[in-house]
Amino acid sequence: MKLDNADSFELKKKNNKWRSSEATYHWMMIPGVIFLLIFNFTPMFGILMAFQDFVPSKGIFGSAFVGLEHFRYMFSLPDIAQVFRNTIVIALGKIIFGSLLAIVFSILLNEIRLKFLKKSVQTIVYLPHFLSWVVLATVVVNMFNLDGTVNQILTFFGFEKMNFLGSNTLFQPLIISTDVWKEFGFNSVVYLAAITAIDPGLHEAASIDGASWWKRVWHITLPGMLPIILLLAILSLPSVLDGGFDQVYNLYSPMVYETGDILDTYVYRIGLIGREYSFGTAVGLFKSVIGMILILSANNMAKKYTDRKLF
Amino acid sequence: MVKSKRFSERAGRFIIYATVIFLGLVCLLPLWNIVAISFSSNEAVVANAVGLKPVNFTTKAYEMIMDDAQFWRSFSISVQRVILSLIINLVIIILMAYPLSKTKRHFKARSIYMNLLIFAMLFNGGLIPTYLVVKNLDLINTIWALVLPGAVQVFSIILIMNFFIGVPKSLEEAAIIDGASPIQVLLKVYIPISLPALATVALFSIVANWNDFFQGLIYMTKVSNYPLMTYIQSLTIDIAEMINSGNSNDLQNISEVSNRNLNAAKIVISTIPLLLIYPFLQKYFVTGIVVGSVKE
Repeated sequence: MKLDNADSFELKKKNNKWRSSEATYHWMMIPGVIFLLIFNFTPMFGILMAFQDFVPSKGIFGSAFVGLEHFRYMFSLPDIAQVFRNTIVIALGKIIFGSLLAIVFSILLNEIRLKFLKKSVQTIVYLPHFLSWVVLATVVVNMFNLDGTVNQILTFFGFEKMNFLGSNTLFQPLIISTDVWKEFGFNSVVYLAAITAIDPGLHEAASIDGASWWKRVWHITLPGMLPIILLLAILSLPSVLDGGFDQVYNLYSPMVYETGDILDTYVYRIGLIGREYSFGTAVGLFKSVIGMILILSANNMAKKYTDRKLF
Repeated sequence: MVKSKRFSERAGRFIIYATVIFLGLVCLLPLWNIVAISFSSNEAVVANAVGLKPVNFTTKAYEMIMDDAQFWRSFSISVQRVILSLIINLVIIILMAYPLSKTKRHFKARSIYMNLLIFAMLFNGGLIPTYLVVKNLDLINTIWALVLPGAVQVFSIILIMNFFIGVPKSLEEAAIIDGASPIQVLLKVYIPISLPALATVALFSIVANWNDFFQGLIYMTKVSNYPLMTYIQSLTIDIAEMINSGNSNDLQNISEVSNRNLNAAKIVISTIPLLLIYPFLQKYFVTGIVVGSVKE
């Protein structure tokens, strides 16, 4: 009896301890939750604007509802189809060529035996990843303007000068290639880690059997990298609606709106600068919803095919 | 036969080295060109004569920046922003990651908070509603407009949470038996052991805040309140457009073009803080990306 009492007392004390810990845990969550409510969840109510004729002076509660009017208008605009196409072409180009170059580069870099050279090259190719597009836009304009280095090289070899920044056919390739240039080094980090995790014994055995370097890359290195390539490909799915606002905004001009305008720059220009708040919100909402569907499907696919997940 | 194989192997090795060095140079030289331009005279820059070596070496652009009050005002706004964001981000990351690293048995409401965070990561109100919230809070033209909307970094919180989950439970139990409170356990056990991971998310915050120009652009209506990247962006965009339109030889534009070495110098100075922390960036970003970005 006495023993029982002591036991339950102990248990109670323990329970209290956990309960007080839980109270502390709640307190710890509060500051972050408040910020989330203000800056992430309150704007979600602002989505109502997409279904209104929002007038800032009247506010969300005073503005008239118009139903799906803005969405109907959006899909009737020839602009929006073009903007959508631009966004997807630019984003897919970045994902595909960016991953390809990063994979090739990591395989080549892994072959470099000179420690000093390898370290130096890594230091240099990671650098652009950390620089702002504000800075890099100046670098790109400096290289690709009519009198820039690239055009000097073209004329030296007898080609015509090309107006990379002002031509609707050249602008998308320019955006894609400069982004690949900025990110390939840093993207190679993960692939390099995957390569170093491959059992070196496989390579030795293959060498003894007389397999060439090319054959070893094809039959050992690439299959070893495949899980991580697959994972990153799946996880890049949500970014097909992300053309890269900072880059495009800093490089485009009215001359190349036709092929350079992406969803984010369009919302900014029409919605915020043009003060078409409701229409801009409608376009933004459309992007958010598709983006969310893409993230959820990417997460499910990653779970299914690679046993990893984002959250 | 053997000889030819050795030759082809050596040729292959040469091609590999050449390609890697070429890619390194492709990354380095355009950046180096900007540095050379910043040390060259106006005339040489306008004539496109500057390659990798400054032409008519001069530090005049840098001397002009020394007297440019707006440049340093923007510089100091960016420094303040980075420091404030860093403190707020880290405090919230640690405060939220720790309870979330507990099991459901020890923290019953965990899944509610977790869903809240994930939903905030998945879905957002978009540019215009967020802008209107900041505006209605009267944050426009204050530094808080640059700091508070990004106070909760969900990705970093999840990264640190995963790191905390991996901390051996025996350490925590030992501390609890010694009578430590949850806060003490966090301060004495979790934080010291997670310093490398915390360095990673701290650097995420520093780089993102230093490099961002967009929030400065939409939330600041006066140039005097611009952070550094927004200020530089406002200077260079006109030139980009002018060069785009293809009339860089117009006489009236020459004066603007000659600002190119000045702008180059501004860009070089704006990059120096990042170069100072670059060794840490390389060390912790790389490990952070490889270890923590996805969970098994």
